[in-house]
This record gives sequence, structure tokens and C-alpha cells, in this order.
Amino acid sequence: MSYQHKKIMFDPIVDNNPVILQVLGICSALAVTSKLSTTITMCIALTVVTAFSNAAISLVRNHIPSSIRIIVQMTIISSLVIVTDQFIKAYAFSISKDLSVFVGLIITNCIVMGRAEAYAMKHPPLPSFLDGLGNGLGYSALLLVVGIIRELLGSGSLFGYPILPLDRDGGWYVPNGLLLLPPSAFFLIGMIIWVVRSWKPAQVEQPEYQIYHAPRPEVAS
Amino acid sequence: MMDLVNLFIKAVFVENLALTFFLGMCTFLAVSKKIGTALGLGIAVVVVQSLTIPINNLIYQFLIRDGALAWAGLSEMSLDFLGLITYISVIAAVVQVLEMFLDRYVPSLYNSLGIFLPLITVNCAILGGCLFMVERDYNFSESVTYGVGSGVGWALAIVAMAGVREKLKYSDIPEGLQGLGVTFITAGLMALGFMAFSGIQL
Repeated sequence: MSYQHKKIMFDPIVDNNPVILQVLGICSALAVTSKLSTTITMCIALTVVTAFSNAAISLVRNHIPSSIRIIVQMTIISSLVIVTDQFIKAYAFSISKDLSVFVGLIITNCIVMGRAEAYAMKHPPLPSFLDGLGNGLGYSALLLVVGIIRELLGSGSLFGYPILPLDRDGGWYVPNGLLLLPPSAFFLIGMIIWVVRSWKPAQVEQPEYQIYHAPRPEVAS
Repeated sequence: MMDLVNLFIKAVFVENLALTFFLGMCTFLAVSKKIGTALGLGIAVVVVQSLTIPINNLIYQFLIRDGALAWAGLSEMSLDFLGLITYISVIAAVVQVLEMFLDRYVPSLYNSLGIFLPLITVNCAILGGCLFMVERDYNFSESVTYGVGSGVGWALAIVAMAGVREKLKYSDIPEGLQGLGVTFITAGLMALGFMAFSGIQL
């Protein structure tokens, strides 16, 4: 794998993360992260769909009339999502119950559409495939961090196996119930954005209004 | 009748699509900088939502559902697996037709909604509403109520968010939180507020 391919694949993980920088695919990032097992299933499903839809769209990119391209992309993406959905239903039925509508919602997940439109329509299949894979991994990286924090601190376990002994079973850890509630995902992602942007100041957005610092009046001596 | 009123209230507040299920978040965060545009998008979502959910409900009841094809003598057949692709095509088609209809008959509304209409196709609140309708097995009148209610709930949330953000831009925010970061935290606080409704039994 050449240097360039590596760059296409690994750039979206921190430097150009789809969720926290491109603001794509947030819905599912919030809703499925309260348990690690659903998080991982969702990550794998999204990465597979993004990578293969990017490759497929890039293969037919020169034959799609631009006026109906959205519908063509939608058809390709939804076919892939149907396959994924049936696969999860067949092999992991309880997880598919937990995910409820969110596997179907990969169709309208902006990462898939956004990468198809922004990258796959202009580049050959192999780089497009890697770009899809990379963006899927970027999304997965963020989701895994959120999922681990929420399950570990919210219910003291990972994948359902107890890690921190809980207070009610005679241990010392009092679980933080807030982290199991959906709004906590917002706070966590907000904090992660803060951390990443303190590490990489180039990602900081300019404020729309500068606060005017009034000069301190001279104290008459 | 009371059932439907309850379902409506539940769809607007208790099961608000934006703030309890986090659907349509991408547009929710991207298009909530000004109250005017947020209101325009909100109205467009209400219209599309109250058209697509009942249409998809009819298609589900009479074509896709397990055993739904009994009227054609094909009671063995289930087109379940075609669900997703059908719903998304219906949504895309309704948005397209609505766009042409507004362009021809209500140009003023068309111009003010302009760019938001095509965006709605990929708004997960719409597809999410359809999938919830299927999962909860609503009948036709329930699906109409649910469509209108969930649309209104989403519109309410985005307009409230835009109101908060219009004031928020004057505040002094740490550098790394500027823009997206603080928007997330605001949305989290609003979602906590909406959780107050969650105990209500209707």
C-alpha cells in the first residue's frame, strides 16, 4: 500500500474526522452508544456500507447522468443496507432488536451520502474504497470512545461483563446513571471535540463575534 | 379519538424525534443558526412528514407486509426485505413532486423553502418516522396523527435550538468549544429538558 493510499485511509480518523469536523452522521453516533455491543455492530455495519457503496458508486460514476445521481446513489446505498440489515437479523438477532431502526437509518446517514457525493463521484474505485473505509473507521473511533465511556462509567461493565464492582452488589463503584441516558452522548461528544481541538488548534472555528476587551482605565496616581 | 390526541401529544413532546431519538441531527445542528431559516425548514419537514408516513403506511399495509398480498392471491409471499428501499424511494418521490407542485402553484413558499426541500430527502427524521411507524404497527389514522405530530415536534425543537444559538453567539466561549462543541452541549441540555416529559403517561 503506497503512502498516498495510507493517507486517504488514515486521515479521517483524527485529522478530518467525519463526525466531529465534517458534522456528518451524528444521529446514530448518539443513539446507539449506550452499550458497547450495539456500538461495535453499528460501527462494522457503517464501515462496510460506506466502503462498498463508495467503491460501487465510483465504478459507475462516469455513466450516471448528474440530474438523477442522488436517486442512483440512494438505490445503491439502500441495497447494501438491506443486505447488512438482513445479515444482522440472521446472525445477531438480539442486537438487531436493540438497534431497532438505526440499521435502516444508515441509508440516510450523511457520512455515506456525503462521501459518495464528495469523493466517489470524482475518484477511481480503489481510492474511493479506501476513503470509505477510512471515514467508516473515523466514525467507529469516535463511537468506540463514547461507547466505552458510557458503558464503563454508566453501568460498570464492558460488553456486559462487570469491570468495576457495583455498589449494589457489594462493590465500591456507584454507577453514574446520567451516562445511560441519551443526552450524555451530547456532552461526551462536546467534550471530545474540545479535547481534539485543543490538541489540533487548526480545527478551531473562528467566533462570529469578537468580545471587545475594554482597555483598563488608567488609575490616576 | 382520545387515543389519537394522546398519540399526537406523545409524538410532539414525549417522543420528540430530534431530542429523544436524535434523528435529523445533521440538519438540526447545521441549519439552526437563524430562527427564520430554522422555521422554514421546520415547516417543510412537517409537510413532508405528514405526507410520507401515511403513504408509506398504505404501501406497508397493502403491499409489503407479511401476507399483505393476500388480495392478489399471493398470501405466502412477504416483501419485507424491500421495505427500506421502498420507503426511501417514496420519500424521494414525494419531495420531488412537492417541489414541482410548490414551484408551479405557490412560488413564494417555494422560494423561501428553496434549498431545504432537496435536503429533506436525506433527513433521517423522515425515514426514522417511517420506520417507527412500521415497527409500532400503526393503522392509517394513527399514522396520519403520528406523521403530523412528529413533524411538529421536530420543527419545535429546531426553532428552539435556533433561538438559543442566536443568543449564544454573543457569549464568551473557550476556544476549543467554539462553534460545534458548544452546540452539542446546548443540544444536550435541551434534551435533558425534554426528558422531563418522559415520565408522562398518556
